[in-house]
Amino acid sequence: MITFMNNSDSEEEPCNERTSLMSAESPPVPSYQDGLQASEAGEAQAHRKRRTGSSRSPNNVADGDTSDSGVPVRESTLENEEEELTLKYGAKHVIMLFVPVTLCMIVVVATIKSVRFYTEKNGQLIYTPFSEDTPSVGQRLLNSVLNTIIMISVIVVMTVFLVLLYKYRCYKFIHGWLILSSLMLLFLFTYIYLGEVLKTYNVAMDYPTLILVIWNFGAVGMICIHWKGPLQLQQAYLIMISALMALVFIKYLPEWSAWVILGAISVYDLMAVLCPKGPLRMLVETAQERNEPIFPALIYSSAMIWTVGMAKPETAARGPSQQTWDAAEDGRENHRSPSHADCQVSETRSPVPTRPITSFEELEEEERGVKLGLGDFIFYSVLVGKAAATASGDWNTTLACFVAILIGLCLTLLLLAVFKKALPALPISITFGLIFYFSTDNLVRPFMDTLASHQLYI
Amino acid sequence: AFFWLVSLLLSSLIWFIAVKASDPRDEPLQKGLLIFGVMFSVLLQEAFRFLYYKLLRKAIEGLVALSEDGCSPISIQQMAYVAGVGFGLMSGAFSMINLLADALGPGTVGIHGDSQLYFLTSAFMTMVLIFLHTFWGILFFHGCEHRRWWEITAVVVMHLAVSGSTFWNPLYLGSLVPSYLLMATAAAWAYLLSGGSAQNLRRFLLCKS
Repeated sequence: MITFMNNSDSEEEPCNERTSLMSAESPPVPSYQDGLQASEAGEAQAHRKRRTGSSRSPNNVADGDTSDSGVPVRESTLENEEEELTLKYGAKHVIMLFVPVTLCMIVVVATIKSVRFYTEKNGQLIYTPFSEDTPSVGQRLLNSVLNTIIMISVIVVMTVFLVLLYKYRCYKFIHGWLILSSLMLLFLFTYIYLGEVLKTYNVAMDYPTLILVIWNFGAVGMICIHWKGPLQLQQAYLIMISALMALVFIKYLPEWSAWVILGAISVYDLMAVLCPKGPLRMLVETAQERNEPIFPALIYSSAMIWTVGMAKPETAARGPSQQTWDAAEDGRENHRSPSHADCQVSETRSPVPTRPITSFEELEEEERGVKLGLGDFIFYSVLVGKAAATASGDWNTTLACFVAILIGLCLTLLLLAVFKKALPALPISITFGLIFYFSTDNLVRPFMDTLASHQLYI
Repeated sequence: AFFWLVSLLLSSLIWFIAVKASDPRDEPLQKGLLIFGVMFSVLLQEAFRFLYYKLLRKAIEGLVALSEDGCSPISIQQMAYVAGVGFGLMSGAFSMINLLADALGPGTVGIHGDSQLYFLTSAFMTMVLIFLHTFWGILFFHGCEHRRWWEITAVVVMHLAVSGSTFWNPLYLGSLVPSYLLMATAAAWAYLLSGGSAQNLRRFLLCKS
């Protein structure tokens, strides 16, 4: 998560939250297209998603740093107001993020508990080649660690690849990559999911109806995610594809590997966001230099910027609107792992050139939603889904992990508000989630079971 | 909710260690350990409620310092209520959710000679506990605010009493009735502490302005 200090520090302006129709892609802009392609590339595959997600955190961090460096004294006077506003909106932001994360987790848990397909072991991904069906514990542990190493290195390689593509402006490639990956998600995975759900509930559906349903779902999804669409529909689609992705991971990652991967990826996220040499950081810096948005449609955003229908004349506002738009988009993009307090984003996004458009920025600034990368959704849901799938049929574990993740998210947002710097959203939540999963499964479960059998209450 | 969860975690850790360190075939010892576990858990829950109070106190001071007119947007009473509800909901969820999941499946209640009212009484017991946690939250925070230690000890004693009364299950008369009586007491007490009065109540019930 990255919170950026606004260069302008124009926090005096009243912050209103406005939600409106927002095109996921900035309409007029070639530079946006570039950014779009970049984001689409990032979106190409699940792994890419994760990568871009993680890449974003460093980006965000980078952003925060660059913008922070430019901010001298003005802050001191405005600090109080800023803090107050931040705190005031902090609670709202937290709620705005709780709802989609909860929804995603609910979808994943409901599917896991009812559709048996996702808990059956049907092979593994090529990214985790080592099997866990080994006789000894040590061997199994070794295999899972090796799987994790392979998976993480694949992620790092793809992230670096993506950053290079972005740096050398191979936007068309990224664009195509992203479109291909979201196509696959929206059509293929949905088809499989729908098939399994229908099988579970023994509902017959003929192929023409199926084709109609899937085609509509997929087409509307593509439009909503990559182009314009109602905000809530876009959010719903992003939640759905995160859930689908999480389900795929839950199915195809072997047990111990999944837990080790979760741990490793939160460490990676932490390092990628807070270390100065991460690929994500470079991505963010590059995007900032070019004043382009990066990776739209890979970030869940809870409120949108109002670019259409501004009071200013379109022609005059074209240039600045692009920039601030990009600025805001950038902030959005940069959000994959890190959650991001938007209000600070747009301003930081345009550090150097865009001072003349302050008034426009103010209007842009109205958007005070908060953004969270889709990769975060996916990993939170993977944790809770795995807990639901493998915790000896116990709902307490699932509930405990759910609460732990939400509290982690809360704390992360709090830290974000306090530090006003890009922060990764994965580490705290995943750490809490892992601690609570293992402790609830092994310690609390026998206790609660014994209490329940004697009908004792504590 | 999170704080309740952590307290549950710690108390089950203690119990688990105790059980593992003891002889599993020794029935009275196990029962004794269970009783010890329950009491310890109650005490730990109240301790965590206190810790939560401390945390919220700090948060309110921070909010007051930052606000424009010197008072925080959320009062300590509201926080007390929310804390109580959080504790109650978490405790209720943990008590009931496995039960509900099993209730969906096939089975007969009490086929081995246990009480057939298991689900019903569990539901009522959970409900009374959730309410009690809410009221205890208000009482506890009020006691901490005004440094009235007897209120705090009253809450702890009530909690111990309610948990202890569940040891009389399946003699449900011994557990449900005292719990409900205690709940009524706590409700009235919390209501009075929050500024209610008989007049307010009458006005509210008769829909006077």
